[in-house]
Amino acid sequence: MEHTLTSGSVLGDRPRPVKNYLNETTGIKSWLTTVDHKRIGIMYLCAVCTAFLLGGIFALLVRLSLLNPQHTLFGKQWVTAEMYNRFFTLHGAIMVFLFIIPAIPASLANFVLPMMLGAKDVAFPRINLMSFYLWCIGAVMAIGSMVIGAVDTGWTFYTPYSTTTDGAVGLMTMAVFILGFSSIFTGLNFIATVHKLRAPGMGWFDMPLFVWGIYATGVIQILATPVLAITLVLLLIERVFQIGIFDSRIGGDPVLFQHFFWFYSHPAVYIMILPGMAIISEIIPTFSRKTIFGYRAIAYSSVSLALLSFIVWGHHLFVAGESDLANVVFSALTFLVAIPSGVKMFNWLTTMYKGNISFETPMLYAMSFLFLFAIGGLTGIFFSTLAVDIHLTDTYFVVAHFHYVMMGGTVIAFLGGLHYWWPKMTGRMYSEKWGRIATALVFIGFNMTFGSQFIMGGQGMPRRYFNYLDQFQPIHAFSTYGSWVLGSGLFMTAIYLLASLKTGPLAPDNPWGGTTMEWESSSPPVVHNFEEQPVFEHEPYDYRHRTVTHV
Amino acid sequence: MSTTTEVLHQDPHGHGGEHDPHQQHHFTTMEQQFDTSKIGMWLFLATEVLTFGGLFAGFGLMQSKYPMEFIEAHEKLKRWAGATNTVVLLVSSFTAVMAVLMARTNQAKKCAMYLWLTVGCAGIFMCIKAYEYTHDFEEGLYPAKYYSHVGDLIPGSHGYATFFSFYFMMTGLHGLHVLIGMGLMSWLAIRASRGEFSDKYYTPVDLIALFWHLVDLIWIYLFPLYYLIT
Repeated sequence: MEHTLTSGSVLGDRPRPVKNYLNETTGIKSWLTTVDHKRIGIMYLCAVCTAFLLGGIFALLVRLSLLNPQHTLFGKQWVTAEMYNRFFTLHGAIMVFLFIIPAIPASLANFVLPMMLGAKDVAFPRINLMSFYLWCIGAVMAIGSMVIGAVDTGWTFYTPYSTTTDGAVGLMTMAVFILGFSSIFTGLNFIATVHKLRAPGMGWFDMPLFVWGIYATGVIQILATPVLAITLVLLLIERVFQIGIFDSRIGGDPVLFQHFFWFYSHPAVYIMILPGMAIISEIIPTFSRKTIFGYRAIAYSSVSLALLSFIVWGHHLFVAGESDLANVVFSALTFLVAIPSGVKMFNWLTTMYKGNISFETPMLYAMSFLFLFAIGGLTGIFFSTLAVDIHLTDTYFVVAHFHYVMMGGTVIAFLGGLHYWWPKMTGRMYSEKWGRIATALVFIGFNMTFGSQFIMGGQGMPRRYFNYLDQFQPIHAFSTYGSWVLGSGLFMTAIYLLASLKTGPLAPDNPWGGTTMEWESSSPPVVHNFEEQPVFEHEPYDYRHRTVTHV
Repeated sequence: MSTTTEVLHQDPHGHGGEHDPHQQHHFTTMEQQFDTSKIGMWLFLATEVLTFGGLFAGFGLMQSKYPMEFIEAHEKLKRWAGATNTVVLLVSSFTAVMAVLMARTNQAKKCAMYLWLTVGCAGIFMCIKAYEYTHDFEEGLYPAKYYSHVGDLIPGSHGYATFFSFYFMMTGLHGLHVLIGMGLMSWLAIRASRGEFSDKYYTPVDLIALFWHLVDLIWIYLFPLYYLIT
C-alpha cells in the first residue's frame, strides 16, 4: 500500500525495459501470426481506423451531394441519385459493421482489458487472432461488393427491396455474417477472460469499470449477433430460392424481417455505446483525481443496459404496422433505458464535483462526451414517446439523434480512449497542443454537422432523400460546412498521432496518474504485460492514499 | 508488492517447473485452463441456441399464418423415422457421456470405442435422414419455389412450400451440425487411441461431448415441432 506517487515516481522510478512487445520479435510474419492480445489490438486499431477513414470519406461525399438541391459543384451536376444511395449505404454499412462495433472492444479493450485484470493474455489467444482474420475477410467482401455491383439498400437491408434489388446485396450480407462471427469471438473471449483470469485477490467489484462495460458488451455480442447471422442467411435464401418468409408477394412478412433485424441491431447499438461509456468511466476519475462516485451503480447500470437492450427492439417498428398494445409496451420499456443511462451521467458528474480536474486531451473528449451524449440520450426519449415518434420517424431528427449517440458518444469516447492509452500502447507522448486544437475542431464541427440536422428534422426533412425543397438549402449547406470542420479535426488528429510515433517524447509508465493495473506495466509493456504477476492491492480509483502530482 | 506476491505468485511465465505440456502460458493451473475452456464452450453453445432460436421464431410465426397447411404438411413426414432418429441420438448422447467418463478414468481403449459408437449412431441418424429426404423429393415435397406436390387440400397456398422450406432449413442446419460432430468425434477417437487423454487432460473430449448434447437437444425440439404438431 506504500504506493504514494509523486511526480518523480510518476515519471518512472525504474528503467525502461529494453525488450517490449513491439520489439521482442520483428518482421511482418511475427505480427501476422502473433497471439499476443496487444499486437492483435494494434492490428485491429489500424484496421478499424482504415475503415473509419473509408466510411468518413463516404460521409463527406453524402454531405457534399446535399450541398444544394441541384447537386451541383462549380455549376455542374456531379452526382446521381443512384450514386447517392450507394454513398449512404456504404457509409452506414462500413461505419456500423467495420468500424463502430469492433472499434473499442477489439482494439482498445483487446489491448488494455487483460492488463487491467493483471492477466498475461486473453483467455483464448488463437480465437482472438481468428477474430481479426474474420474481420479482414468480412472487410474484403464488403468492399468487394462495392466494386462488383454496389449496394443501395441502406445498412438495414430492409425487405422486400433488399430481396429484389440488383447489385451485390448477397455478398454484402455474407460479409456482415462473417463480421458477426468476428464480433462473437471477441465477446466470448472477454467474458471468459473476466471470469477466469483476474489477478489474485481481485473480486468482481474490484475490477475497473471499463471491464464491467466491456463484459456487458460481450454478453450482448454473444446473445444478439447469432440472430442477425441467421436473419441474413434467411435473407440470402429468400433472395435466391424465394421461400416466402420476408416477401409478401410470395406469402412472407416484411415486418418479420424488421423484427429479426432489430432484435440484433437494437442490442447492437449498445455494443457500440457501452464500451464508450466504459472508457468515460476510466478517464473521468483519472483526470479528476478522485474516487469514482457510485462504483456499484455504474457497474450495475452497464449490465442493466445490456439486459434492457434485448426488450426494446420494437420501438423501431412503431410505424411499421405493429399492434397498438405492442407499441405501448415497447414505448414504456424504452423509457426505462433512460434510467441506467442517467445513473451513469449523474455519477460521472458527481465524480467531477470538487475533483482536482485537469484538461488534457482525453478529459476534453470525456467532457465532450458528457455534453453530446446528454443531447443524444435525451432526444432518444422523444422517439420512445409514441405521438412524437410518428412526427419524427424517418426524418433528419433520427439521423441527428443517432449520430449524437454514435459519433458524439462512441467515436468521441474512442478518441478519448485512444489518447488516454496512446502513451501505454506506443510508448510515446503526442502533442498536447495539437490534441486540444483538434478536440475543439471535432467538437465544433460535429455540432455544426448534426445540431443543424435536429432543426431540419423537426421541420420535416425526410432522411435518405436525394432531392429536397429549396427552403432546406441553407441548413443543408451549413451541415455540409460542419462536416468539413469535423473532417479537418479528425485529419489533424491522425497527423499528430502518427507524427508522435517518430518525434514524440518517450512516455512515462503512468503519465496521467491512473490507478488501474495497466499503468503498473512499463510503457510500452513487455510481452507478458508485467515483469511479475501483479496482485490486487488497492481498489481502482483509490486516490485516498495517493498524492499524485500531474505531469 | 512483496510478501503477498510471493505467496500467490506461481511461476509467472509458465515455462519452467513440472508442467503439463498442454498448459498454455497465460494460465496458472490446469484447472483454471479447463474451467476457462468450459466457459468458452458454454458461451458458444449460447450462440447456437440463439441461431436456431431465430429459425424457431420464424417457424412459429409462419405456423400461425398457415395453421391448416402446416398440419396437413406435417402428416407427409414419416413419424417412425423421426422417432427412430430421436432414440438413436439419445443413445449417442449416452455413449458420448461414457467416452468422457472413460477419458477421465484413464481407459483410453474404451474411450475410443465409445467415441466410435457415437460416430456410428450419428451415421445411422444421417442415413435415416437421407432416406427421408429422398422420399420427400420423390413426392415433390421440395422447399420454396421448387415445391411441386399435387393434391393438397388448399391448392395454390404458399403455406406448404413455407413448411418445407423451414423443414429443410432447420433439419439441414441440424444435419450439418451432426456431420461436424461426426468429424470432431472421429478426430477425438483417433487421439484417444493414441492415449492422448487422461484424468489430467481430457478437455477436448469434455467440450465436444457438450457440443454433442446440444446437437441432440436441438433434435429433441425439432422432432415434436415437425413430426407431432396437431
